[in-house]
Amino acid sequence: MKSLAELEEIRKRTLDQINLRTNNQDIRVVVGMATCGIAAGARPVMNAFVEELNKRNLSNVAVTMTGCIGMCKLEPIVEVIDKDGSKVTYVKMTAEKAARVVVEHIVNGRVCTEYTIAEADK
Amino acid sequence: MRDLSLHLMDIIQNSITAKATRISILICGDRESDLLEIEVKDNGIGMENDFLKDVTNPFTTTRDTRKVGLGIPLLEASAKMASGGLEITSKKFIGTTVKASFKISHIDRLPLGDLAQTMESLIIARPDIEYDLTLDNKKERFNFNSSDIKRRLGEVPITHFEVIKWIGEYVNDGVKTIFGGILDEILS
Repeated sequence: MKSLAELEEIRKRTLDQINLRTNNQDIRVVVGMATCGIAAGARPVMNAFVEELNKRNLSNVAVTMTGCIGMCKLEPIVEVIDKDGSKVTYVKMTAEKAARVVVEHIVNGRVCTEYTIAEADK
Repeated sequence: MRDLSLHLMDIIQNSITAKATRISILICGDRESDLLEIEVKDNGIGMENDFLKDVTNPFTTTRDTRKVGLGIPLLEASAKMASGGLEITSKKFIGTTVKASFKISHIDRLPLGDLAQTMESLIIARPDIEYDLTLDNKKERFNFNSSDIKRRLGEVPITHFEVIKWIGEYVNDGVKTIFGGILDEILS
């Protein structure tokens, strides 16, 4: 059974890391979480992003959600927005694809072209 | 929607869109009366009476990307499918309460699903909102309050991965303790 006392341990353990981390979140990952997104499986996609980012210790990425992006048939949709504001829209996402986007796009800076909306339209 | 935790997430999105700062969730499962009730109460901007009257109609929506909104109609369908129902009350500028009920033993009642993941996602996405989750089986209660957690954490953000992981496990433990043997389903 988890107890609230464990939070105190987590607090002590993480406090040092927090001071080391910079608060610059220059990349944003936005997951569409309206009815269409949730029904298509956006929740596990979002959690996969958070888990994968943490595994790689990437604290400069913010994961947030938004409402309906407007293309319900392509959900789950994820937008990755760079610090210069350029946006890549990934469609029909899964947890596995999310892990790849973290490695390829966010870490290595190479867009996973095959998952983007441009590919889906073809 | 595959399970009730996804419905819950969807309904809470409505609260977030309505600029709520405090969202209380009550899930009450009573074996004796065979009734499962899920209530979401927020302090958002509320709805006008005209809008409220017709809110379960799929063509009543505030979104601008499309003319249909299926969140509430789908929840209503899921509740009715399990001999339950949906009740919505709202006051402009005060807030909205959505209450869905289900017959626990009904063959078509959706399973509860991964409630922990719903809470995790909500907190990650909107950590500024206060979430209060109560699970009740008429004998025991479990409560989780995000403001309480924040107070205990001090300067450590609630979105820190270790904290999120802890919250997930904590909520999961609560679900098992309160609804084990009551909902007759495998609780993740």
